[in-house]
This record gives sequence, structure tokens and C-alpha cells, in this order.
Amino acid sequence: MGILTLFTSIITITLRAGTSLIYSTIGEIYTERSGVLNLGVEGMMLSSAVVAFATAFYSGSVWLGLVAAVLMGMLLAAIHAFLTVTMRARQVVSGLSITLFGTGLSSFLGERLGPESNNFNLVGMVGPKFTPFDIPLLSQIPVAGAFFKQDILTYVLFLLVPASWYYLYRTRNGLNLRAVGENPQTADAMGINVARTRYIYTILGGALAGLGGAHLSLAYAPGWTENITGGRGWIVIALVIFAMWNPARAVLGAMLFGGINAVQFRLQAGGTSIPSAYLNMLPYLTTIVVLVAITWWETLSHRIGAPAALGQPYMREDK
Amino acid sequence: MKLILRKRESVSRRASLLVPLISFAVSLVFGAILLTVSGANPFATYGAMFVGAVGSGYGISEVLVKTIPLILTGLSVSLAFRMRFWNIGAEGQLTMGAVAAAGMALFWSKGLPGWTVLPLSILAGCIAGAIWAGVPAVLKAFLKVDETLTTLMLNYVAILYSEHLYYIAWRAEGYNSGTEAIAEVAWLSRFMGRAHTGLFFGLILAVALWAVFRFTRWGFELKIIGANPTAARYLGISIARNVVVTLLISGAISGLAGAIEVLGLSHRLQQGISVGYGYTAIIIAWMAQLNPLGVILVAFLMASLLVGGDQIQMKMRLPASVGVVLQGMLLIPMLAGSLFRDYTLELERPDDDVAHAETAEVA
Repeated sequence: MGILTLFTSIITITLRAGTSLIYSTIGEIYTERSGVLNLGVEGMMLSSAVVAFATAFYSGSVWLGLVAAVLMGMLLAAIHAFLTVTMRARQVVSGLSITLFGTGLSSFLGERLGPESNNFNLVGMVGPKFTPFDIPLLSQIPVAGAFFKQDILTYVLFLLVPASWYYLYRTRNGLNLRAVGENPQTADAMGINVARTRYIYTILGGALAGLGGAHLSLAYAPGWTENITGGRGWIVIALVIFAMWNPARAVLGAMLFGGINAVQFRLQAGGTSIPSAYLNMLPYLTTIVVLVAITWWETLSHRIGAPAALGQPYMREDK
Repeated sequence: MKLILRKRESVSRRASLLVPLISFAVSLVFGAILLTVSGANPFATYGAMFVGAVGSGYGISEVLVKTIPLILTGLSVSLAFRMRFWNIGAEGQLTMGAVAAAGMALFWSKGLPGWTVLPLSILAGCIAGAIWAGVPAVLKAFLKVDETLTTLMLNYVAILYSEHLYYIAWRAEGYNSGTEAIAEVAWLSRFMGRAHTGLFFGLILAVALWAVFRFTRWGFELKIIGANPTAARYLGISIARNVVVTLLISGAISGLAGAIEVLGLSHRLQQGISVGYGYTAIIIAWMAQLNPLGVILVAFLMASLLVGGDQIQMKMRLPASVGVVLQGMLLIPMLAGSLFRDYTLELERPDDDVAHAETAEVA
């Protein structure tokens, strides 16, 4: 009996911890499929998390918080699209600049948007949040019932993941998107507007990263703490590689990292002798190991998952 | 009407100077909007930041204190960026440098003559930084593992490790955090307030790197690899070897920054070693357009923003992160402006030969 409860609790925490990762990973998959690498995920998630919480805190509505987060994510992503598509800046540096800006902006807003009674600080404030609720009957299933004891944002993922897979691989728009990322010259010749496609999917990626950030400050760890993401935006970049740019596989990777969080949480709650610093290193060390393994495997099997034109600006008259 | 973008034969010198200046102005304007929206007076804020940073001897000495690690990490990042190796791990390399320097000064140099402790601690810091950058470099050179992610992930590992040391393993008895102070014989001397001789490491290294980039074959190789890896291969330049060697040096310079923070400033390993210099370094490197002498100037400017931020926090109860936001905003206009450095804009005429030009529709 004890072991079943343990499994149920680990799955529950895994899903909760993985939700923000899945949103942002799927967003980045859309962006990278169009040939744009956006290293700004960390900055978009941080800024979205802070505005999501601040909006919910003042309006009392988590839904308005979500809207604010999505708009913030889209705004930062639009800057990245403008810099890389229109101004032909290097995608790596532009993405870094989004993360640096977003990180600074989030800490500024966190220290400025709070109530005057708290010295304008948002840290320590309690606001509305998304709470998990049971789905009748389904949540009664042993172990697997854990999937049905989640918050609404996690339930939405049960639709978003298959829908994204279907969109990417089974629709005309998805085909066009992949064409732009694989071979923009050909896509252009087919009559697809490369620049517009890249703008649309970079901004869509920002919107989803916004939801990922919002899930952190409105559901997973309700409230605002500086650097609430703890590098999740970077783990997302690794997860996209791990998923080989396929939304369905993104779930596996996010579950792996959510699972690490769950195990960490369990060990710390159970009072282990391993210093917590070493436990907290696990997600970052795992990212490195996973990257090395997947890169090695790709080399050995001669399979490259990355869109062929990823990271390259497209210039029409350029040969 | 159509605008033609024509790639310049060489980058425009005028734009190279103007673009960072205009970017700084643009960043101030956007910062002012942000301040106004959040209910603060931008003019009073900027005024207080300026006076706080460079309006007094104390301010200037504090700016120098922050300029020191920023020059070093800025150089470290510029060196790696020269060959388009995206080392965003300067923060972790700096942290490990601080850890190793403190470890050497406190524990590993026991029984050695006092005068050896300072150079050995500096050396230990450099080696630790080099190892921390060397791992991603080897993974990149031989397995093609993406370096942005590996260098960044190692930042978190380094910071957690240093926290473990100063909160638990190396904590001085009777304190909540922080190690024992290192022996005074290993301190770098101070010349103005808290500003210490670590500054000269940065200045000398900047000039040395400038000379290396300009006059040596290695500097030339880095430039070619950065500009055109395929051409580099045809010229018989080993990319793998260059990646590893360059990153060992890049990491060592960031490690040196960490060692100097311990030996010149904090005199112990404690909280506040890793405060984001390694990330600011990315902004510095790009603003300086990877020129080591430019790094000195930009590092001083960035340090002024940080000290100005600290000052308004004390005097106006505004967040110190105003300085960080202004820094973060710098790269955006800078990147947009690079277009004008690398391209010329021309209006299209009907009989124009556009074979080698790229067109962009401008509405």
C-alpha cells in the first residue's frame, strides 16, 4: 500500500513540476521549427512569471494574470523576431540579450510592483493561485489517478501536446512551418512568406513560454521570488534537443526533469544525508549528461533532429 | 519603395563608434519610460545614479571595485566570442576561481612560506576557471555538444557548490555563513577605498590581449575561425585545438576574476561572490565589439550603472536593479544597430544590379 501512495505522490509532483517545462518546450519547438533559435526563454519565463503574479495579485483574477503573462512573452519574443528576422542580428546573441533583459526586468518589477506597505516589494505577497482539483472517477484509479489530480493548466496540456503534434505533422500549416525551418529558399519558392512565418512562430513560442512562466508563479510555487525559474528556461532549450523537435517527445523530457524534482523533494522531505546542494545540482548535471548522450547518439546514428536552417538568417538574394 | 541592403566590404568605423553610444542613449530613454510608468522620476533617478557613481571619491572607488571583475570577465567572454564559442559560463568560472583561491589560501598552502600563498592562490583560481571552461570546450571540440547550454548549466553547479562550502563544509565556527578570513599576507593591497591592485591585472591583460589579437598568428586564427570556419579548415587551422586552448585561457581569466575578488575584496569565501558579473560580461563583450581595450571602457560604464543602482536604493528607496535593467536593455538597440555597421542601405533604382545585394521590403 505504501509503495502505491509513494508512486502516486511522485507522479503528482512530477506533473506539477513538469508543466511549465512542457509549455515552454512546445513553444520553443514551434519557434525553432521555423528556423529561429530563441535563447530568451529564461528571460521570457521570468518576466511573464512576475507580471502574471502582479496582475493576479491586484486584480484577484488568475485568468487576467495568464493574459498578462502571455502578452509579456509575446512582447519579448517579438523583439527577438525583429532583431533576428528584420535586423539580421545573430540569433544566439539576440536570444541572450532577451534573457539578460528579461532577468533584469523581472527583478526590477518584483521590487517595484509590490504594495507600498511592503516597500513596493512583491516578494512574500500572497495572491490568488490555480489549485489542483480532482476529476471525478478518473482520479480514483490507483497510481494513474495522479494524472487527474492536477490544476487546469496541466489539464490543458493533455490537449495541447497531441494538438501540437497533429498541427506540426498533419496539417498544411505545419508542413509550411517545417519547410521554412528546413529549407527557407524552397519554402520561399513555394510562395511561403518566410519572414512572416518566422515572426508568427517566434511570437507563438513567446506566448507559450509566458504560460510556462505563469504556471510557476500562479500554480507550482505561488508567489514571486527572484529567479523563480532557477534555470528552467535553459533546461527547456536542452529539452527541445532531447525531444528532437517533436512535441510528443517533449513530454518525456519534461517528465524526466519533473521526476528529478520529485525525487529531490522526496529525499529532502525524508531527511537524507546527501547535502542538499548536491541534490539541487541534479537537474543541471542531468541536462549536461542528456545533451552529451543525445549528441553522441545523433552522430553515431547519422540522425540530425534539428531543422536544417536553424540559427541561420534567411536573405532572399543571398546564395 | 524598396530598400536594398548591401553588405559592406569592411565594417563601418563610424558606425562602430556611434552604434554603442546611440544604444546607450536608447537604453536610457526606455529606462526612463519604465521608471515613469512605475511611478519614479527618471531625471531625479538618473541624476542620483550619476552623482552616486562618479560624483565622489567614494563613488569612484566603488565603481573601480566592480570594474575589476567586469574587465576580467569581459575579456574572458570576448576571447571566446572571437571564435564564436558562446561561453556564457563566466559566472561559474569566476565562482570556481574564487572557491579554489580561497581553498588554497585557507587550507592547501599550509606549511608553505607566506609569500607563496598569494601567487599560488591566483594560480589555483586560474586553473579552476580553466577546468570549468575546459569541460564544455572538450565536449564541443570532440563531440560537438552545444556549448551555450553546457557552460550555462555549469554556472548553477558552481554556485551551488560554493554555497555548500561557505554554508556548510568550510564555514567558520560561530558564523551562519562564510569561511575564515585568509591570512593578511595573501591580500592584494588597496590604493583607494576598497579598490585594490587587482585592477592592474585587468588593465595589463587587456593590453596584452589587444596585442595578441592584432599581431600574432593565434589572434589571426581566432578571427578566421569566427568569421568562416570552413575557410579556417582549408587554411589548415585546427579548430578543435583552438577551441580547447582558447577556452582554457578564457576560463582562466574568469577564474582569475574570482580569485581576485577573494584576495582583494572579501578576503574569504562568502555570499556575494557570484552576483552576475559573468552575465554582465556578455553585454560588455558585445558592446565593446570584442575589442579588449573597449572592454575597459564599457566595464567602467557598467560598473557605474551598478554602483549608481546601489546608491539610489539607499537614497531613494528605488530598486538597485534599475542598473541591471539598463544594462539588459543595452544589447537590444546595439544588435539592431549592427545592421548599419555591416550593411549599407540604398534606395533601389530600376536599373540597379541587385545580383549581390539583398533586398528587404520596407513598408
